[in-house]
Amino acid sequence: MELQLRGITKRFPGVLANDRIDLTVRSGEILGLLGENGAGKTTLMNILYGLYSADEGEIVIDGTVRHFSGPGDAIAAGIGMVHQHFMLVPVFTVTENVILGVEPTRGGGILDMENARRDVREISAKYGLEVDPDALIENTPVGVQQRVEIIKVLFRDAQVLVFDEPTAVLTPQEVEEFFGILRGLRDAGKAIVFITHKLKEVLTISDRINVLRRGRMVGERSPGSVDEATLAEMMVGRPVELVVQKGTAQPGDLVLEVDDLVVTDDRDHPQVRGLSLTARAGEIVGIAGVQGNGQTELVEALTGMRSPVSGTVRLMGEDVTGFSPRDIHRRGVAHVPEDRQHSGLVLGFTVAENLILDSYYAEPFSHGIRMDQSAIAEAGNRLVADYDVRTPSIDIPVSNLSGGNQQKVIVAREFSREVRLIIGSQPTRGLDVGSIEYIHERIVHQRDAGVAVVVVSTELDEVMALADRLLVMFAGRVVADLDPTTVTPADVGLYMAGATP
Amino acid sequence: MTVAVPAIRTPAEIRRARRLGITYLVLAAFVLWVFGVGSVGDGAASFKLVRPTDRFKDFPNLVVPAAGLAFVIAAALAAFGGIQLTRGFKKLSNVVLAIGFALFIFAFLGWAAAGKSFSLVGMLDESVKRSVPIALGALAGVMCERVAVINIAIEGMLLGGAFVAAVIGSQFGNFWALVAATLTGMVLAWVLAVLAIRYRVDQIIVGVVINVFVLGLTSFMSQRILASNPHLNSTTLLRPIKIPLLGDIPFFGQILFQQNIFVFVMFVLVAGLTYGLFHTKWGLRSRAVGEHPKAADTLGINVYGYRYLNVMLGGAIAGFGGAFFVQGSVGRFDENMTAGKGYVGLAAMIFGRWHPVGALGAALVFGFADSLQGKLAILQTPIPSEFLGMAPYLATIIVVAGVVGKARPPAADGQPYVKE
Amino acid sequence: MSTNDESPSVTPPESVEQEGSFFRDLTGVGANWRSAVLVPVLAVFSALIVAAIIIALTDIDALRLWGHDPGGAFSLTWHNISGAYSSLVVGSVGGLRAISETLVQATPLILAGLSVAVGFRAGLFNIGAQGQLLVGGMFALWVGFTVHAPVYVHLPLALLAGALGGAIWGGIPGLLRARTGAHEVITTIMLNFVALRLVDYYLKSSWFQAVGRDDPVSKSIDVSAQLPRVFGFLDRDDVRVHLGIVVALLAAWFVYWLLFKTTIGYEFRAVGLNPRGALYAGMSVTWLIVGVMAVAGALAGLAGADRVLGVLHRGSPGFAGTLGFDAITLALLGRSHPWGVVASGLLFGALRAGGQLMQVRTDISLDLILVIQALVVVFIAAPALVRAIYRVKTAREAERLTTGWST
Repeated sequence: MELQLRGITKRFPGVLANDRIDLTVRSGEILGLLGENGAGKTTLMNILYGLYSADEGEIVIDGTVRHFSGPGDAIAAGIGMVHQHFMLVPVFTVTENVILGVEPTRGGGILDMENARRDVREISAKYGLEVDPDALIENTPVGVQQRVEIIKVLFRDAQVLVFDEPTAVLTPQEVEEFFGILRGLRDAGKAIVFITHKLKEVLTISDRINVLRRGRMVGERSPGSVDEATLAEMMVGRPVELVVQKGTAQPGDLVLEVDDLVVTDDRDHPQVRGLSLTARAGEIVGIAGVQGNGQTELVEALTGMRSPVSGTVRLMGEDVTGFSPRDIHRRGVAHVPEDRQHSGLVLGFTVAENLILDSYYAEPFSHGIRMDQSAIAEAGNRLVADYDVRTPSIDIPVSNLSGGNQQKVIVAREFSREVRLIIGSQPTRGLDVGSIEYIHERIVHQRDAGVAVVVVSTELDEVMALADRLLVMFAGRVVADLDPTTVTPADVGLYMAGATP
Repeated sequence: MTVAVPAIRTPAEIRRARRLGITYLVLAAFVLWVFGVGSVGDGAASFKLVRPTDRFKDFPNLVVPAAGLAFVIAAALAAFGGIQLTRGFKKLSNVVLAIGFALFIFAFLGWAAAGKSFSLVGMLDESVKRSVPIALGALAGVMCERVAVINIAIEGMLLGGAFVAAVIGSQFGNFWALVAATLTGMVLAWVLAVLAIRYRVDQIIVGVVINVFVLGLTSFMSQRILASNPHLNSTTLLRPIKIPLLGDIPFFGQILFQQNIFVFVMFVLVAGLTYGLFHTKWGLRSRAVGEHPKAADTLGINVYGYRYLNVMLGGAIAGFGGAFFVQGSVGRFDENMTAGKGYVGLAAMIFGRWHPVGALGAALVFGFADSLQGKLAILQTPIPSEFLGMAPYLATIIVVAGVVGKARPPAADGQPYVKE
Repeated sequence: MSTNDESPSVTPPESVEQEGSFFRDLTGVGANWRSAVLVPVLAVFSALIVAAIIIALTDIDALRLWGHDPGGAFSLTWHNISGAYSSLVVGSVGGLRAISETLVQATPLILAGLSVAVGFRAGLFNIGAQGQLLVGGMFALWVGFTVHAPVYVHLPLALLAGALGGAIWGGIPGLLRARTGAHEVITTIMLNFVALRLVDYYLKSSWFQAVGRDDPVSKSIDVSAQLPRVFGFLDRDDVRVHLGIVVALLAAWFVYWLLFKTTIGYEFRAVGLNPRGALYAGMSVTWLIVGVMAVAGALAGLAGADRVLGVLHRGSPGFAGTLGFDAITLALLGRSHPWGVVASGLLFGALRAGGQLMQVRTDISLDLILVIQALVVVFIAAPALVRAIYRVKTAREAERLTTGWST
């Protein structure tokens, strides 16, 4: 079967998300769709899946033009989508999730669970997707959940399977397994669209690669004829520096000492299991690792948002284990959180109010409990100028700013104080290239001024380029302390998966 | 997405289980000391199990020595506590909780009625009757919240249904009264649905608004129209129907099988909704809409449609329940006659963990507490009736605070769905 | 967090729907001035029109006339409506007595409205104002007839007691919300019922019950605890306005200062706009929630004290009336801003005062006011509806770039 998207155009207010895109995919092939965040990949797939309707252009299946008024039509036409954020109901079983929307019934709307279970087992066996039909989704690990998503689309006789960033939460080992499943599906005659922004993966698995940039299809290549650098350039539109400009580090005194730290999460599961690390003034310590290996809880413990169960955290020799966020903050620790909209900012406050979010309670911004508006305004204007925050005024809600500028507000706030330690968690997630470069620059600048920096990032490229010393976190521990200039990404990947090269 | 490890029990759950076990033990001690030792020498409690009007009117009373009863029940509760602390009851946990609670009440009754005679059948019969509006309100709430729409407006739907039932019933008879009341509930629910689903207004505020509106409007109209036109405000009552044979069973027959139509509808609804929610296509999809609307949407399920449908179904139930106040009780409409029962229904829904059977159970408990209030005065117990009246509300607070088991509503509860 | 895939490096705002953003939109927190003033005014206007229609539709005599004498029916209806509304105006601002009555009615409304508004600012829905009123009133009452002291000691003491009672009754749900996550709507509704029964009980108990009475009426408070009449020197019994209005205005000013000029208010607002952000900023969200509910409770308690000390001078079961629920309307109408609440309170006080006259002069009962109130909330609560009717442009229309679900 052949699926064609012809001249697809989609506009949102102020944004042209898809601009006359042509795309073809056939049975028995894997098409890699490559693009940055914001290139329009997900919009395109949502149109294919019937969640959006295109303003112009058409969808053609085997020569016939099709109109989808909703996902139901797309599903009926044989298109199956595996979303980046899984669409599974946590309190339902695997089987219930698979059949939702196309439930087999025994007349009168009564569910036929026996048949359903049997079908799930069949598909599971046929494509090598091991699952327990009666397990509750909320009790199953991520890898299993992904298999359930695949079974869901196969249950609906999907002929075209679209995967949106499927490897975001998998270890390199799990990615290999997943690729094996993809190849099996392709060989069974399915057409597969694999959406990603990861260069290595798209080169590994695709039969053909389409590159999307700023809503336009900028080219098609075959994996054998192109390398990473060229693809990156096509994605971004200019030669991309995969390195960060920096000189060598001059590490000084010990700033941060973590000793055998154990931290549990909200459900009392231990996420950090006896972790130790150090960071010195004037060096950038990068922490690599797949999301979910305790990084979030580690950062929370270091910044006072969560109390460790055992172990110690020392700042400049002082034991600050379990101190409140404010006390740690007062000792010269800055924190760029991984979730800027929920943790780093108060969206309803103005830019000025956000710029003092960490210091509103002290001089000069308040005297006792009374706040000093002119001091606040003065500081606000100064910071906005110094850190190049693009905003018409400091008195508009910070929610009006773009993501990049919001992050700059956070950086301005955190970096403008006298700090000894900066902890950055996914500091450039979801940002455009310009903002990413800017933030990397400021981090290096702080390092050169003698600050100790800890950067936690799941983007291996970013953390390898930034770090002077590279730690890898797996299963709540530091499993490797590497020199980023000499180690290969493949080796780091192995550590990330808990193996050793 | 969760990177969840399949755990048998998290430490938080263990803590909660332990709290429950200790609660059992504390209750056991209380029963032992206050009800047991406190009744030594007071004689036996004599529970009447039938009424003079029943077929088997000479069925003997249940005579239990108050102290002895208390000792036995204390032992049982202590046993529950012991098992809870060591092994736990797992799936049977809720059932055991219900049984334990019932035993506690029984011991209390024994203590209160020691040396006197007390119509148990009368009280349970009255409990069932009083639980009807609460249960119907709770079921309405369950319907709505299962699709993630918070329905604070149950009170307004009950009151509106009552008003319409009174007026229509006076002119056109009871059948049309019930139809009209049900429709009224549906209309109010439709308003809630439109504002909450389409205009995405905060659901709690809409609910409060509807309540205030209905209260104001019905009071106003009652004053302006009904006061000077009494023929618009007098209906006949729907008498209890006795199911042949089953209704003659001593004790249970009176309570379960000799009731008016509202009670029977209540039972049928509970059974029907339970089956529907958990064994049919409609139920699976509705629950999905309430737990993870986006997932349902991506699978082609009409999220808005299911929400509208279930909210209006809930409204219908509540409207019907409103008619109970008139045709099932006094035969006319009085201003604000629902007196907060809608909110109690909400509490029952939470207490019953958003499950139809649980809601019924909770409503029965509240109805029981209600009827107990009156009887205690007769028994001359030292507890002021006002404090007993507070009990259901305090209990709900305890449940909501998660002290005894976790109260978890459908995941998307209260959040409007934004569809692109 | 959802990765906002559709934000290219150009500048469209990244407006992720934060939790509770519709709550804030509705309660007016963070609104620009246009929507903060225009929407309430239009809502009141619309409500009055719809109420007039309801008057017309429920006038059975006029309805009967439509069949054969449309002219007469119309004039009868018009007569009714204009009679009702003119009584409202005369009864509320037509003379010293009217204005005094307006202020008397407005005072507890303003205080209770402030209570709900403070809660809204912190993202909490304080439906429990009714219960807090009752408990506060009882506390004030008790100090009123138990303590004996000169007025400048006794009165403040009684007021403080009212505030304390309300603060406790508000602090409990706050603590439960902060510690266990129990939703304050449920706990406060439950506590309202509990408070009602407590009042019933205590009014019949020996501590409170007036000597020699069988019904649940309390002892009278000392004169030194009564809020003195503003126009006492006029010696007119019908000019009841008392110092409570000053208390209410002071309270409004205090709330304004607290919310917008102090670090405490900054923290309250931060918690209301983004609790996680507040935590990250080092604020103690737990204690803030308790604090907000306690302050809100104190304000409601003051409202209860005002009723008791200013007008009733003793306690009886219905002394709170429907204040708690009216307060919700007020807070919404006033967009959760102290001055808005004052304005709304005065408006509703006027409606109440005028309503009394209306009830006397026409045969339309005071319940019409309840209907108007409810209509006002309906029109506030559906901003889309009002916007569609009157085409008011507000800021949000420009940024409808939502990407859907933010997990």
